[in-house]
Amino acid sequence: MTDPSYPAPGGGAPAQQRLWSRFLRRPLGVTALAVFLLIVLAGLFAPLLAPYDPNLVDFSLTQAPPSAEHLMGGDSAGRDIFSRLLYGARTTVYGAAVACLVGVLLGVPAGVAAGYFGGLTDRICSSISDGVQSVPGMIVLLIVAAGTGADFTVLMMTVGAFMAPGYYRISRSRALAVRKEPYVDAARVAGLTHTRVLHAHMVRAVQAPVVIQSALTAGVAMGMQTGLQFLGIGTASTPDWGQMMNDGFRTMGTHPLILLWPSAALGLTIAALAFMGSTLADLISVRTEPVSRRRKRAVAPDVEVVPATGRLEHPVEDSALRIENLRVTYRTPHGDKQVVRGVCLDVSPGEVLGIVGESGSGKSQTVFSALDLLPAEGHTSADGIWIGGEPVGDLPRAKRHALLGTRVGYVPQEPMSNLDPCYTIGHQLTEPLRSVHRLTRTQAGERARSILRRVGIDDPDRVLASYPHQVSGGMAQRVLIAGAVAGKPQLLVADEPTTALDVTVQAEVLELLRELQEEYGMALVIVTHNFGVVADICDRVAVMRHGRVVETGAVEEIFAKPADPYTAELIRASLDDTESRDDLDAAWNKAGRTVRT
Amino acid sequence: MTAKTNDAPLLDVADLVVDYRRGRHTFRALKGVSMTIGTGECVGLVGESGSGKSTLGKAILGLADVTSGTIRFDGQDITHLKGAARRSLAADLQVVFQDPYGSLDPTMTVGQILAEPLTASGVGKAAARATVVEMLDHVRLPADTVTRYPSEFSGGQRQRIAIARALVRRPRLIVCDEPVSALDLTTQAAVIDLFIDIQRETGVSYLFVSHDLGVVRRICHRVSVMYQGECVETGPNERVTRDPEHPYTRRLLLASPVADPARQAERRRSRLGLRSPSGPPVP
Repeated sequence: MTDPSYPAPGGGAPAQQRLWSRFLRRPLGVTALAVFLLIVLAGLFAPLLAPYDPNLVDFSLTQAPPSAEHLMGGDSAGRDIFSRLLYGARTTVYGAAVACLVGVLLGVPAGVAAGYFGGLTDRICSSISDGVQSVPGMIVLLIVAAGTGADFTVLMMTVGAFMAPGYYRISRSRALAVRKEPYVDAARVAGLTHTRVLHAHMVRAVQAPVVIQSALTAGVAMGMQTGLQFLGIGTASTPDWGQMMNDGFRTMGTHPLILLWPSAALGLTIAALAFMGSTLADLISVRTEPVSRRRKRAVAPDVEVVPATGRLEHPVEDSALRIENLRVTYRTPHGDKQVVRGVCLDVSPGEVLGIVGESGSGKSQTVFSALDLLPAEGHTSADGIWIGGEPVGDLPRAKRHALLGTRVGYVPQEPMSNLDPCYTIGHQLTEPLRSVHRLTRTQAGERARSILRRVGIDDPDRVLASYPHQVSGGMAQRVLIAGAVAGKPQLLVADEPTTALDVTVQAEVLELLRELQEEYGMALVIVTHNFGVVADICDRVAVMRHGRVVETGAVEEIFAKPADPYTAELIRASLDDTESRDDLDAAWNKAGRTVRT
Repeated sequence: MTAKTNDAPLLDVADLVVDYRRGRHTFRALKGVSMTIGTGECVGLVGESGSGKSTLGKAILGLADVTSGTIRFDGQDITHLKGAARRSLAADLQVVFQDPYGSLDPTMTVGQILAEPLTASGVGKAAARATVVEMLDHVRLPADTVTRYPSEFSGGQRQRIAIARALVRRPRLIVCDEPVSALDLTTQAAVIDLFIDIQRETGVSYLFVSHDLGVVRRICHRVSVMYQGECVETGPNERVTRDPEHPYTRRLLLASPVADPARQAERRRSRLGLRSPSGPPVP
């Protein structure tokens, strides 16, 4: 047994790099982390680092400017500001830690449980979370402060309780998403208890977002904490930044430095947390790293150039689409990756060309670059691209895109994700007719109705008034085909147009494509992995593998006498002519082996 | 001798009804379906989206609530099993899902994924490790796979890992929900052959859910065809995939294009002949 995709060790992307090591390679993240660690350490070792007792009053130091003995000078009571700042860091970090801890302990388990179990658990937890959010936090904090004699830890726990809904919401949405993953179903079928599933899979899934949320929550908690202290809530015996700001605030006009020091410390801490959070969020949501500027500037893709493959059948002026020596390169942080390596193909009006291959063969990339629809990281180079006999390879992007909808129609693979769920189908069909073909609203509506009727939709008015989710996948694909042919293009490009559809619907859609192609005399390029589809509709076929054309020819020839062994293997792998299980078992028994029952 | 049903079927589904509730609306996904699977047998479940074929698999696995009817596994009524009783069934009843990307937790190593069902049932770490290596060998993956993450593998390899996970408890029945439909053609053929080899090596039974008659023809002994929540036809593989009796099965067969231009042209003509003059035909 051979599995061509196996084995891949060593090849492809390097082993999954852990989040931590990727974080350490982001300068912004590392700087922020270093600053934050420095502040935490300063607070932790304040008793060792502080040159003076933070509460020691030295009247000669009152509102003193910075000096060699007193780095930041003295405050209005004659205390050393630098020492007080160090001790204040301690309070600040401790307070933020308490708030985050309480927020995590209250919010995360409730959120995970609500997302995982849903139903009543979800409704109860969500109501409580909403309730907490609607309570005016500051008032409650002031009441708690009054009731507990301004106990700092209790105050910060209250702040944490108000932060819990934030944790609750992200945990719940993560758990909801993961709950739908098949691996959670698989774990349940494997006999795991709910507790174990929650522990093994859910906790892993929420870890990263919770860490990010904590970076932000800690910043907010520090802000609230300093605000409370500024108002004079808290113990006077332990120095904190809020108190210091209050002190500085009163002498702001004459001694601005006294206010500046604690404000700068707070700003720096919160900024460090925010940058750490956003760097982490960046790393988690975007799996690939951005290409560095140096690499972006590189002009020539540094990949080996192999000779062009494929065969051109028609003269340029008779072709609806002609591609010569097309190469598509993707820039990745690990170097350039050429996904299309020298492809030539052409199709004439009235001809149906199939581009067939497995995933990763570059078949979709080929048509995307012909239509100039590649993502930004993709880089196309070709000896020439012609549409309708005219060279378009060097046209500016806007002119290339103007061809779409007028001379070129495009039918995508996923009908549902290619319709905007926010607009009616009628709007999405008539909008391009009005803007590209300059039709009036009535004309466009009339045109849309007739074209929908043409693609086999009997009640076009109902479909035009529907939103995409209200129609079936087959219907959506008919709508997209209608949109693609509405401008009477000379060339229709269909990228796996039936892969997402049921076979009976697929047969109808292929039938429709064939009819339209014959009626309009269009050239049709159909990208597919299915040799049955090729046999059904294509005149000629190009077989692709690893970004190259391995074989081009008329459909009858390719099926009767595949020149390349890979083509033969692909045709053999189509299972409609396969030996049945009875045949296989009979052969197995004949070979003297028995089937266990 | 082919692997056919023994006297008492391993799985016996009788008159199964499953309703899905969405607010006030109820959708009947299964409208009284019956089927059996014998020991060492592979039964195919063919149908299009919305036919209820996946729902039947889910109901057997306890992932969908049953409205009425019974599911018996090895004589035991498992229709409404919950909690510990359902979990103890995990030793005998396993699953392989369609999506090779979503069915493996991306944050766990392959070793952790494969050992999870074992350690959950109280198997020691060393014993679990030995079983994991043995099962990787069963699915033709090297032993060093255990330290790597799912993202390092291709679709076909991931599906092998998912099969190994289903095998670690040495189950008697595996529900395979479209296990090869997300794979490339050549990979698909290799994975199907792997399923057959494993069945021969271990004597496990399969319920093989698929929309592809070709796949079902290669791997299944018997085939049931589902349409809109009902089982319209059941029979031996050879007959159902070559000479179906029910009009819907015939339509399904004629709709799947065959990789041979001449025969496909003929198939297409017969299909168009079946098409009623106004719109798509009704079965």
